[in-house]
Amino acid sequence: MVSVAQMFEASDYLMSLPILLLSIFALGILIMDLMMPEEMKWVNAVTAFVGVLLATCGVVRIQHALDLSHRTWVPAFVGSMVIDHFTLYFWYLFLAGTAVAILMSVHYMDEEREQHGEFYALMLFSVVGMMSMAAGFDIVLIFIGLELMAICTYVLVGFLRRDRRSNEAALKYLLLGAFSSGIFAYGLSLLYGLTGSTNLAVIRERLTHDLAQSQNHADPVAVLALVTVAAGLLFKIAAVPFHQWAPDAYEGAPTSITGFMSVAVKAAAWAMLLRVLGMGLYPLRLIWVPLLIFVSLATMTAANLAALTQNNLKRLLAYSSIAHVGYMLLGVVAYGSAIENAAMTDGVKGILLYLLVYTFMNLGAFAVIASLRRRDVIGDDIDDFAGLFARAPTEAVLMLVFLLSLAGIPPLAGFWGKYFIFLSLIETRHYALAAVAVLYAVFGLYYYMRIASAMFMRQALDTEPVRAGGAMWGALWVSLAATLAIGVYPEPFIRMVNWSLNATQNPAFANLIK
Amino acid sequence: MVPITPIHYLILAAALFALGTIGVLTRRNVVIVLMSIELILNAVNLNLVAFSRLWGLNGQVFAIFVITDAAAEAAVGLGILIAFFRNRETVNMDEVDLLKW
Repeated sequence: MVSVAQMFEASDYLMSLPILLLSIFALGILIMDLMMPEEMKWVNAVTAFVGVLLATCGVVRIQHALDLSHRTWVPAFVGSMVIDHFTLYFWYLFLAGTAVAILMSVHYMDEEREQHGEFYALMLFSVVGMMSMAAGFDIVLIFIGLELMAICTYVLVGFLRRDRRSNEAALKYLLLGAFSSGIFAYGLSLLYGLTGSTNLAVIRERLTHDLAQSQNHADPVAVLALVTVAAGLLFKIAAVPFHQWAPDAYEGAPTSITGFMSVAVKAAAWAMLLRVLGMGLYPLRLIWVPLLIFVSLATMTAANLAALTQNNLKRLLAYSSIAHVGYMLLGVVAYGSAIENAAMTDGVKGILLYLLVYTFMNLGAFAVIASLRRRDVIGDDIDDFAGLFARAPTEAVLMLVFLLSLAGIPPLAGFWGKYFIFLSLIETRHYALAAVAVLYAVFGLYYYMRIASAMFMRQALDTEPVRAGGAMWGALWVSLAATLAIGVYPEPFIRMVNWSLNATQNPAFANLIK
Repeated sequence: MVPITPIHYLILAAALFALGTIGVLTRRNVVIVLMSIELILNAVNLNLVAFSRLWGLNGQVFAIFVITDAAAEAAVGLGILIAFFRNRETVNMDEVDLLKW
């Protein structure tokens, strides 16, 4: 009889070092918060920030260990976690997004008079969940990571207890989120029943085997499992028709949390989607590729049309982020329908690069909105941005840069994300899809420029100057630096993405082409 | 007497799942919607336990995690609902209408 402790190796604890560190810091914040007087609450934010930095050091340490072992991936915790370059890439991405979101929160939560330690503890806990999702290679771990992240985010969305919009956003997000998790879990249970394993590699093997035996006629139960799992995944990345929660949750949540949700939470959902669809359900790609083509077309159409008429900036950016999901889904389509290796990795490469640039440009845009928050002024309406150039020239110019990058104008980072996605589409001969996507990208320019014209062409409705704290400026400058750097000199970042895919031996994307 | 096979469990689970889904989509009371979500998660548990008769204990372990998750979700859900009720004095879905379009 082997006891559980004997099944773990010392390396397992090294591989989960950042997860352990973040959990310890989150618990520490909860305890410290009890002893902290009201005016010292900013210490919680500093502690959370230090926790994120230390966790980053932990990820660097793991990367060294991985390099020294001359392997591209190691399993941990009896195969339920896989640490490869793909995992490490996402871990860095989550930590970067969280660090910027913490910087944004300090000033914002002060203005809301809701500076509590739990806020930062919940953020760290949800990062723990995200890390489990990106590293998970077992559907149980992926599901638990997903729920840990989601439940923390529900609370964060509703954190402004006295604000009716925040309450309502949290309630809607919770009901729809729990419903979709239930559907997702049902699909996972069917997958387990079909294949007899909870490990993605085994699931993939058995599905391939079953398909080969039945001459490519998929079992109806397998199709049901695919559809329910895909519904759960598409909900989490907010694709049409499962997008309705996103604008509501984004509008009602504290602005720094909106930024956090639109980058880190979304990146985690993407990591999960790539693992589950790209790895576990890859044998069923003949079914999910047409499904995703339909979903991405619907997503681009609905989101771009809905964004046209929005007057609330957070809501407008929510629809824009749904539209970005539509473009990114095309990368998965290219991955699933590619015949040769190069085109296949290009699709995923596009998604990973897109998530990286999206993290910074979107956080930057939300940081500008958050910096406008003052007592009695919510500052997220398009009228609040009128004449911003006269009131706060630096912020207006920064916002313009982020908006242009979101629209995908060439010298800025947003361009490269779209470039690789469209390239992979052309490589896989989806010419029509590529043309439609480019048209929608041009279309999107209209609503981004609507904000810009309000900032630069209209008269200011109120003349009070904008006062943002030091941490907020930190968040703004970091986002700006990254947006410009990736745009002007993308080479090292593209190399980083290539490194993270490491195409040949990576279990997530090792192809079945033989 | 017909022996009870895994298929029977699956059909029962599918029925529970359908009931839960219909409940979420049609009921107007938020508390009942939360209960319907619990029903869906219980359908998942039933599936997992039935399958683990075929495949070994993995499914039962998964079921325990799903139960824990359902409890956490219910706790947070009721907490959010209470915060909502304090400001709006309703648990009716039709009156959750501040944010739209």
